Amino acid sequence: MGMTLTEKILARHAGLPNVEPGQIINAKVDLVLANELSAAVAIGVMRKIKGASKVFDPGKIALVADHFVPAKDAQSASLARLMKDFAAEQKIEHFFDVGRGGIEHVVLPEEGLVAPGELIVGGDSHTCTYGAFGAFATGMGSTDVAAAFVLGEVWLKVPASIKLVYSGTPGPMVYAKDIMLRTVGELGIDGATYRAIEYHGTTVDELSITGRITMANMAIEAGAKNGIFHADANTIAFVKERTERPFVVERADADAAYERVIEIDVSALEPQVACPHTPDNVHPISDVTRDDLRVDQVFIGSCTNGYIDDLRVVAKILDGKQIAPNLRVIVNPGSQKVWMQAADEGILTTLAAAGCAVNTPGCGACFGGHMGTLGDGERAISTTNRNYVGRMGSPKAEIFLASPATCAASAITGRITDPRVLELVSS
Amino acid sequence: MESSLRGHAHKYGKNVDTDVIIPGKYCNIVDQTELGKHALEGLDPEYVSRMKSGDIIVADTNFGCGSSREVAPIAIKASGTAAVIAKSFARIFYRNALNIGLPIFESAEAVDGIESGDEIELEPASGIVRNLTRGTEYRAAEFPPFMRSLIDAGGLVPYVESRLAAGR
Repeated sequence: MGMTLTEKILARHAGLPNVEPGQIINAKVDLVLANELSAAVAIGVMRKIKGASKVFDPGKIALVADHFVPAKDAQSASLARLMKDFAAEQKIEHFFDVGRGGIEHVVLPEEGLVAPGELIVGGDSHTCTYGAFGAFATGMGSTDVAAAFVLGEVWLKVPASIKLVYSGTPGPMVYAKDIMLRTVGELGIDGATYRAIEYHGTTVDELSITGRITMANMAIEAGAKNGIFHADANTIAFVKERTERPFVVERADADAAYERVIEIDVSALEPQVACPHTPDNVHPISDVTRDDLRVDQVFIGSCTNGYIDDLRVVAKILDGKQIAPNLRVIVNPGSQKVWMQAADEGILTTLAAAGCAVNTPGCGACFGGHMGTLGDGERAISTTNRNYVGRMGSPKAEIFLASPATCAASAITGRITDPRVLELVSS
Repeated sequence: MESSLRGHAHKYGKNVDTDVIIPGKYCNIVDQTELGKHALEGLDPEYVSRMKSGDIIVADTNFGCGSSREVAPIAIKASGTAAVIAKSFARIFYRNALNIGLPIFESAEAVDGIESGDEIELEPASGIVRNLTRGTEYRAAEFPPFMRSLIDAGGLVPYVESRLAAGR
């Protein structure tokens, strides 16, 4: 019996000729990631492990300050400080402070720290993002991260794989975010729990790297352990521009066994919106606009949609326009590099001129930390990945998730708006 | 692992996510007692004031979905909650709970047979769940052998220590 892409990568990292779903393995890791919140707890755990004075390899750990930075308060500053001191003590090469990094999942691929066939674990549930590059990547808690810091290995239960096969060409103003929201809607928020998602089909073959990132990023929203694409020539070129480290491009075997195969035709897909209060409460935009929903905040950014391609879409829609009165629009470019690229292209000026507040990169608004927290009774439409009760602040706020285009269209009208309407108006 | 646990049930629905277990704004708190004061705040702001130490959270499917924040099971444990019984757990929460020593029990029958306020007795070693109020008994799903050995060894930290002592 052949192996899935996930099984191939896990087998090689466990030093086994083959693995099968349900099997418990010890796998070597190529990179361990933590942010200042997960690192702070992990460092505390590591200090308690007898005989563990050093990390297994200071070149294979990435520490990114991104959740409560620039420090929200003294407590947050001390967590970032703790991580910074740990990085210095352990001589960790890949440490990214404010102004030199950004959101962890945007930064790591930019820095060439993610390559096809690699095994990456991180103290953040959206670590699954790196599946966009053909890597096995999964999120873990801090104690698991501490163990990985020390051993350079993790124990894993080999997941069964769900094969998603996409066909059709998306229509105008329909993006990878819409395809993935629809997918989470189909699977349900526990539809892929303990499973690997393997993305296939002509639609995803045509997707940009950014589009694949958006889709892999939200695999966890269906409960998946990881979500993975096959690396192609684009992926390999992207990675080789950023690192000289050798890597192994794996492919699923033709006779690999999948627990389920789901076919999704995107030809007639409308822009999609995840309505409150779960990411699988997904509806076509035409159903949502019927309710004429006024919004208080539009947020554009995050590890899902904080990339230069996303900002270009938003800037194109907002160029020369003003956001609606009584609305605030907050934009967080995903990383320092994205921020600089957007500055070079005039995007930041376009957005600021339209009335958007452009922030420094970070996770704050997405998880209700700071820099864009929602108040009681407020409604937001956001390019982020979760809309649970209280996710962005008040438990009495409502969050709708959508693509950057849908969010930008909504910024102009102040209501949840179908971006295809703007397309009609402008053409 | 501890001998039997006894407490009253507090029952919730499905998909109790980590954002309601411990809202993001508290994720920079290090002090566990302080974290415990906010357990389940996003779902049931009265939980911590209403519950008594040793009480048990009972929930439907996919408990702990969402973020990988380890402060979620830490907050539940620090609140004095003795255990969580659910029909199923989200993957990362499941690992985190085992790693920090929060007893968890997976049993759909037990969840269906328990209502809020029922007095429950749990035996972590055998997975037995007794509803003392209704006189019923259930057995939770057994942990796979590898996880059982991790639990019996006292969690992931002693496991890592033994690996280090053996030269990895």
